[in-house]
Amino acid sequence: MSGADVVIVGGGVTGLSAGWWLARSGVKVIVLDKFIVGWEASGRNGGGASHYASPLFDEEQRMWPQMDELLGYPTEHQKERIIIAMTERQWEQYRFVAERHKRLNHPVELLDTKQVLDAVPLASEKCFGGVHYKFGGHANPHRTVQAYAWALQDLGGTIVQHCPVTGFETAGGKVTAVNTAKGTYGCDAVVVAAGPQIPLLMAQLGVDVPLAAARAEMIITEPAPMMPLTGVDGHKLYGRQTMRGNLAYGGGPHEWLDTEADGPSARPATPLARNLAKRLAELFPKAAHLNVIRSWAGIIENSPDGRPIIDRLSSPDNVVVASMSSVGFGLSPASGHAIRDLVIDGACSFADLDLFKLSRFDGIAPDWREQRGWMPIA
Amino acid sequence: MELNFAGTDLCAVNGTHPPPEARYGVVVVGAGPSGTAAAIEAAKAGAAVLLVDENPVSGALMGNDVPLYFGGRMTAATQNSERMLEAIFMSAPALEAAMEAGVEVLLGTTAWGVYRNGPGAKSLPDQVVGLADGERSWLVGFDRIVLATGARDLALAFPGWNQPGVMGAAALRMLLTRYDAFAGRRVLVLGSHDLALETALLARERGLDVAGLVEVREAPQGSADLVAQVTAAGIAIRCGQAIASATGGIDGVEAAVLTSGEVVACDTICVAVGLVPSIELVDAMHGPRALNPARGGYIPAGEATVSAVGSCAGLADTAFDHIAYRMEWMRALSAVSADDTIICQCEEVTRADLLGVQPPNYLARPPAMCARSLDTLLEDGPANPDQIKRLTRAGMGACQGRRCRDQVAMLLAIEADQPFGTIPLATHRAPVRPLPLKILADWNEPARMDEAWDVWFGIPTAWVPHEDIGTPHEDEHRQMLYTGMYE
Repeated sequence: MSGADVVIVGGGVTGLSAGWWLARSGVKVIVLDKFIVGWEASGRNGGGASHYASPLFDEEQRMWPQMDELLGYPTEHQKERIIIAMTERQWEQYRFVAERHKRLNHPVELLDTKQVLDAVPLASEKCFGGVHYKFGGHANPHRTVQAYAWALQDLGGTIVQHCPVTGFETAGGKVTAVNTAKGTYGCDAVVVAAGPQIPLLMAQLGVDVPLAAARAEMIITEPAPMMPLTGVDGHKLYGRQTMRGNLAYGGGPHEWLDTEADGPSARPATPLARNLAKRLAELFPKAAHLNVIRSWAGIIENSPDGRPIIDRLSSPDNVVVASMSSVGFGLSPASGHAIRDLVIDGACSFADLDLFKLSRFDGIAPDWREQRGWMPIA
Repeated sequence: MELNFAGTDLCAVNGTHPPPEARYGVVVVGAGPSGTAAAIEAAKAGAAVLLVDENPVSGALMGNDVPLYFGGRMTAATQNSERMLEAIFMSAPALEAAMEAGVEVLLGTTAWGVYRNGPGAKSLPDQVVGLADGERSWLVGFDRIVLATGARDLALAFPGWNQPGVMGAAALRMLLTRYDAFAGRRVLVLGSHDLALETALLARERGLDVAGLVEVREAPQGSADLVAQVTAAGIAIRCGQAIASATGGIDGVEAAVLTSGEVVACDTICVAVGLVPSIELVDAMHGPRALNPARGGYIPAGEATVSAVGSCAGLADTAFDHIAYRMEWMRALSAVSADDTIICQCEEVTRADLLGVQPPNYLARPPAMCARSLDTLLEDGPANPDQIKRLTRAGMGACQGRRCRDQVAMLLAIEADQPFGTIPLATHRAPVRPLPLKILADWNEPARMDEAWDVWFGIPTAWVPHEDIGTPHEDEHRQMLYTGMYE
């Protein structure tokens, strides 16, 4: 039986970052993935990295500017963000958010239409204004997940792809090994960061993790001229201008799904691409002639309150479960650090993670998905 | 924050997709001979039939090698859409018969996506095909869809292929026969199988100067009859040779340099090594497909509601192994060209960077990055074109991978020392033709879509700043950003 100090189940951005942080501390890690690293939502998202609502925010902001150098591979991290209001109602909402940032001492500036156009030349002269976040930013999800994977290999860690986990072996209140299609991996500790697959995996340990999966979609255009500021949200869209110039944007309604035991058999995009295109053409009217060249979908999970679950269980007591509840990419430099701390030290050194405890859902109604209308379409 | 759940997620997709604006028993995509025949047959059987064809595509798209590899050798006539439309009707008399049979015919109309409920999506009110013309896009429902999308050109990279004058055989034939809009005069043809031989004969018939054929194998590959016709026409077939490079000036190709050292003057190099069945639509809709080397590559595997006819269903089976032939060309061209030969024109990815799995030039390549390659990636598992596409950007460009998709798959197979069929097919995604935002946009979306639209999931607790939890700010947040929800 091969093995490692820590076996990480799930080579998404959260598991990979955890593996990288653990490897940096000299821990021998193996990351197991059912397919290829970052293949699911970690490689399909908008690349945003401005999650001020999270207790992990300060660490997210501290880490991102250093990531290229620390990982040794490019992530395409770009600083800052502007949110543009295209309706009076959005302007009212975005100004509310700006006021809140000021109260919480996050540096922001309100921009009038002209100031928006200076920073975002593709924007509409009809916009009501914008909020410039002098923090946060974005990065390339594809490049970042691979950078984590390569960096943890460079530190002696192992990535095993095409290796779905089938179960766990336990003894003395601990998980002692992880069973997979490719054999058994012994371990001292386990991190389960398998996204929508978490509930099915954790059920094997008798632990109920309430998560519901859903599908969301994005579109991307051919390259546009580079804008002075490339992290542009607004008009109820999220996204970014890539360093190549493409406009990659998402938003809009999601579809709740059942989780398939072996992972998604398909991640279909739908004609929602047309509704995304409409809003993107409104947000960037000077780019309306640009061709859309791809659309895609990804599957993400949410907890009942939409907040992450990052917790070290009491039984088995060597298991950390981690779901970022549909917002994992940007926070990954910080979530990996937190998971590392929980695995090694039993507590997070830099943030209060009480908010993320699994026990907050103890006794949750069995029909919590029905109550929220989070059921798959029959 | 106390949220009142009403059993309905107002931001879910349920009920937001509009129904199609029209519905037909049968939609046929592609008005070539096979598609038109299928449309007429369906109409005669009593079905309401819509027949769409993307041609004439705009001159701008042709300039981007969509849908065929035109290589910038179109005359200005291709900018005149009325003339092009007329040319299509003149060249396809069966279209009139189709209209007489009651088929509704829409030319200049692209089918860019087919959508239906299945694993991962159950929210669509109908199975639909997305259509677009020069003005707008719309959705059409169907009982059955027939794909008659033909076959596209297989492009092959060699030094100098990324200039005007290097083009595909299907594109050359379309410009010669349908549009009379080919801008070259002297053509060198790569390949000697039936496609190449027929292309050379056609070019000669249309008054072009044919500078000869080039064949990597030791003998001509096509049928004896075609070889005899080409030889009788005095067209040389240079066997056991490949093209080493194309040289040119501001108007593109001026000569081809062969591996023998011979320099052949020509303004056009027609890559006629193979055609690839156009399965973009079926692949983008997760339809079943299968690799068939005798029929030109991946072809639709067939099912009740989606059928394929014509070369989209596979090239005529003459027991010729197209895949082996292509691979031999790819190996020969790679052997004689420098590593910095561009493979992906849109993103300017060289063969060295593709096989080195290196990022584009606008990114730094620190030492750790330079130490990575396909070989190190293969240690983690089999090669996957989508993973390599994401890292190198090969195939991520404005031509949607039309020029490099097949080459990348071949190069990965060669480098990984694996049979071609073991490398997965790089994903096709809708829209399978480049579509401007303003055309793709649904400018008449139902109000329900806008009501459901949130930037993310519409879960107020997910976005309350953690400092505000348990304070009155929580409810201000919900009321301002999730007005009317969870009350």
